[in-house]
Order: sequence, then C-alpha cells, then structure tokens
Amino acid sequence: MKLLWFHLMPYTDLPEDFREKHPSVWVDIDSRLFDPVRAHTLYNDFIDELEYAAELGFDGVCVNEHHANGYGLMPSPNLIASALARSTRNAALCVMGNSLALYNPPLRVAEEMAMIDCISGGRLIAGFPLGTPMDTTFAYGQNPSTLREKYDEARRLILQAWTEPDPFTFNGKFTKLRYVNIWPRPIQRPHPPIWVPGGGARETWAMCAREGYVFAALSYFGFEASRGVLGGYWQEIERHGRQRNPFQAGYLQFVGVAETRTEAMALYREPAEYFYGRCLRVDPRYTAPPGYTTESSVRLAASQTRPLQGVSQFKDRAPTFQEILERGYLVAGEPDEVAARLRQIAADLNVGQLMLLLQFGNMDKALTRYNTRLFAERVMPQIADLFEGQWEDHWWPAGLKKPTSAEVV
Amino acid sequence: MSAALDAALRTYTVTVNEQPCRVWEKGEGSPLVFLAGFGGLPRWTECLDHVAASRRVITPSLPGFPGSAAIGPLYTHLDWLLATRDLIAGAQLERCDLMGVSLGAALAADIAALWPDLVDRLVLVSALGLFDENDPSADPFAQRPDELPQLLCMHPERYVAHTALPEGTDPVEWTVAATRAKEAAARLLWPLGDTGLAGRLNRIGQETLLVWGAEDRIIPASYRARFASGISGRTQVEVIEGAGHLVDLDAPAKLVQRVDTFLSRAQS
Repeated sequence: MKLLWFHLMPYTDLPEDFREKHPSVWVDIDSRLFDPVRAHTLYNDFIDELEYAAELGFDGVCVNEHHANGYGLMPSPNLIASALARSTRNAALCVMGNSLALYNPPLRVAEEMAMIDCISGGRLIAGFPLGTPMDTTFAYGQNPSTLREKYDEARRLILQAWTEPDPFTFNGKFTKLRYVNIWPRPIQRPHPPIWVPGGGARETWAMCAREGYVFAALSYFGFEASRGVLGGYWQEIERHGRQRNPFQAGYLQFVGVAETRTEAMALYREPAEYFYGRCLRVDPRYTAPPGYTTESSVRLAASQTRPLQGVSQFKDRAPTFQEILERGYLVAGEPDEVAARLRQIAADLNVGQLMLLLQFGNMDKALTRYNTRLFAERVMPQIADLFEGQWEDHWWPAGLKKPTSAEVV
Repeated sequence: MSAALDAALRTYTVTVNEQPCRVWEKGEGSPLVFLAGFGGLPRWTECLDHVAASRRVITPSLPGFPGSAAIGPLYTHLDWLLATRDLIAGAQLERCDLMGVSLGAALAADIAALWPDLVDRLVLVSALGLFDENDPSADPFAQRPDELPQLLCMHPERYVAHTALPEGTDPVEWTVAATRAKEAAARLLWPLGDTGLAGRLNRIGQETLLVWGAEDRIIPASYRARFASGISGRTQVEVIEGAGHLVDLDAPAKLVQRVDTFLSRAQS
C-alpha cells in the first residue's frame, strides 16, 4: 500500500468564536482574519512538514487547491509542488488540484504540470478534480450548469497537449485554439498518472473506470461515509470489465498517533475540534449551486431517505470530539491500534493509495513532526506491505521506478 | 388551479433544439405571450387566468423549466434567445404582445429588441438582465433552500404552493424537474444576472410597461430608472405595493389590472 502525506495548509489562527461570529470559512470569509506575516511562518512551516514526511519515507506528499478558504491556503498547489520538486528526492508529488475548468486556457495546467514533472524527474501525480462548488462556482464564478462539461473538455485538451507530438488545433465549446503545442512536455509517457478526487457522483466513478484513472474518496467524514462512495466506484469498475485493483483507489484519513491512547486523546482533541468546528463552518448558501450536482445524483438522492452527508450535517453545530472519534473522522491512538485500524479500513475499502492528514486544524509544527515521526517509525512498517506483491500499481509515477532525479548541488 | 382539470387549457408541444417544450394556451382574443420567472410554470396560475379573461394567453415553457425534459445545448445568450424566438414562432403567431417576469422579462426585452416585427407591446415585470456593481442585485443562487421563497416573494407561501408537488406527479421526478428549473436559471444568468441587455435596451422601440414589486428583494430600486431611460420606446412605470420579485404570484389581480389598462390604452 502506498502512504501519502497530505497537507491542506489550514490557517491556524481562526479565533475561538469563529463559529459564532462568522457565517463561513469559505467564499466570504473575513479577510481581516488573515495576517500575511503569520502566513509567512505558516507556509514555511508547512513546506518543512511536507519535506520532513518525504525524508521519513512516505511514498508521496500531497497538496491541493482551494480558493477563498480559511482551511486551505493553496490557491495554487503548483507553487508548493514546484518547491517540493527541488527539495525532495524520491517522494511522489501528488498535486490533488488543479480544477481544470478554472484555467483559461486549460493549457496552463498542462504546461505547469509538465514543468513539475521535468523538475522532479518524473515524480508528478496529476490530480484532476472537478473542484468544490465553493471554489469553482462561487469563488471562481464558473457556471455550475456547464462546469462538468467544461472540465471534461479541458481534460481532453490537456491529455492531447501532453501526448500529441505535432501542433494541433482544438475547437471546443469553451476553448478554441488554433495552435496547441506546449513546451515543456512531461517526462512520464504517455503522461503522468491521473488521479481524480471526488465524492458521490456516478459520472466521476464512471470516468475513472472508463479512462483508467485513480478515484480518490476525499472526505473529512471517515470510513463509514466513504464506504458507500467507494462501493459505488468498485461496482462501476466491474461494470467496465476492469479488475478491482486496490491501487486504482485512494482514500483520505485524519490520523493522530501518540505513545498511548490517553496521550493521543489529549494531544489531538484541540486540533480536531478546531478543524471540525471552525474550518468546516461552511455557509450552506455556498454548498449546492443549481446544476453542480448531476441529474442522476439528484435523482438518486431524491429516491433515498438518508441522513445529511458532508458539511451540511454540521451547519447548525460542530461535532463533539466524541463524535469525531466514534464516527471515525479521526483515527487516533497508540501506534499498534492505529496500524490495525488503518489496515482494516484499507482492506475493507480495497484502497491501495492511503492519504493521511497528520497535520490538521491548528496543529503546530512540533506536534505535526511528532505525529509524522511516530507514524513513519511505528505505523508504516505494520501496514506498508498491504496489497504489495498481489497487485501491480499502474498509477504510480514512472520516474520513481528508476529514479532519474537530477543531481542538485 | 390544476392544469390537468382545466378543460379550457390547451396544451401542445414545440420542439426546440430537439427538446419538446410544453405550451399552454387559454382564452380568446388578441395574443399575449407570457414568459415565466424563477421556477417556471409547474402549474397554471391565478395571474394567467386573469390575463386569459380578456385575451389569448400563450405560455411556452423554456428549455429546462417544467414542461420540458432537458436544458439542451444552450451555451450562449444567443442560443437562449433563438430558443425563445423559436418557441414563440411555434405558436404560429405573426405578431403578439409579450410579457415576461423576472428572467422571462430579461428574455422578453431582448426578443423585442432583436425581433421588433414580432412584438407589438412589451410588459416587463421585475426584469433581470442588468447588473450594477455599485448597487448589486441579490444572488438568487447562493441561498439556503428555506430562504429562497422569502427572497422571491412577499408572500413566500405562494411560491412554496406554486412549486409544490403537483397532484399525481412522481415525487422523485418532481424533485429532479424542480432542481433542473433552478439549473436552467443558473445556465442563463450565472453569476450576476447580467445578460448584456444594457447595451440593447435602446433597440426596444415598443411601448413598454415596466412593473416592479415595491418589496422586490432581488432587484434594487435604482434599476427601475435604468430600464425606463434605456428603452427608446415610450415607457410607463408601475410599482405595486405589497409585492416582491415575483409580482405575478404576490399580487396577480393588481398586476393584471395594470397590464389590462396599459394594453387597452396603448391599443387606443
């Protein structure tokens, strides 16, 4: 199993009364809460943390894209990934953005990702998210009714730009280009592995199954919430006549490791409460723009009576620490129990790309390093063997199979 | 009133972009085409009955709104205008009075501007289509589900009743259709509701009645003068007390009384 260290880069200084005084962490968050000088420290700490994880042997490091968001300070994950391309040697660089429909022309994504792949020696994982409604339709003003179509057109353009050796013309609905001929081209041939973070849209599962991409269930709501999502994905994989190769699926989990369970509870309560209380304070006005959810998903949701999912369930109150633990949003404890739990989750979900949030909420650098080190030294050895040797990982950067990193003096 | 039970209601379909769109007609006399606002026409309304009392009212369902099964390939504003024009043409009218509410009024204004020979008199009720950064209209899409009726209507229960599950309709498919109607509005208006109409208002040479709800929570009062001064034809402005954005739901009798007066005076 591959283990990837994922950073959201949350702003760690949202005030204690954020929930009471501010309607949303996203879209219309009060910019006066942002201190750029503080962010100078945070960005550098966060990059240090990603580099530390790479040093300790995590298979990959992950960055992602959010806009106008108090818990995600990476409008451009490519900037962070390019820094990491220089400062790390072996870790895969998993860029779980770019939201393709936001770039005009989307060739910008093809170019920047090709640059990262060249600088890193072929270590890029190209994440192609549709993007959240908050990011895409409100912060970036895209029409929710055509977002998916625009995304799909951009995806086809980028793939063609990466693989077509000669200049070509692209006549899309949203992008029209007489001359497409990007320099540079990615090292990885025919192109870097493509991973698609997503939720419950069957169209996304079907695209990953059809095109051979990794589908990554990126939820903050733990194993139970993702079971249905990944179950639907695996059904779609089978419908397309593909094997249930666990390496074609990813899953994100919050984890807190300490020497003892008691210590873990004491250490991780505050950052978990900070994340679920303040960072997930999202105004429901911004969570469901009309047209963002596909008609088949609307039909499915309307035909089922099920409790609210995702951030909507906490629009009126924050979950308690007890709920965060009981519902498995956070897996916390001493190393052996964390390892046993993660092994069980990965086996149950059939997921070979395990993404770990070992920094979350307002966790400081010291605690992040402690969590990361304990995980690397005491948990990783107990779970890294899962699926290895049984399945081939066709979705891992080719550059890593035979390291080609340039000598950096 | 349930459309299915109303024997006087004539129903047929006009195909636009390969999508069948429902057209409802009622009444006799000179033709008036009515383009509905947010939510479309999931059911016949009291307002339309008032209009149909003295004229032939024709209500085409725009693509994506109740009475059609899909939005179809509408990407540009020109696509929307051509679809609307084709729907009106499908009613076999050489000339008509044209009335629109909200987003229907934004389209009606453009139809009058671009096809002057088709439109005799124009009635714009709470017309969208303009946007002023210094006095922005409200965002109808960034709303909690329970807030939308209050934003659209002075009497929110009327919007709730207007868009409630029609008798004998599959609740799942109704939810899908109601969601699609919201999406169709977003397709047309996202993100600001600015359709570029400001640059075409001066092409409207028709005599025009501009009706506004005094309590409209979507469109600021300053927009009234922009329409009145921008349209080159003669304009009459009516502000109806006790009505919000969807004046046809909030104050149907008062609205149609103003419309009747305008059309009969303009006729003479």
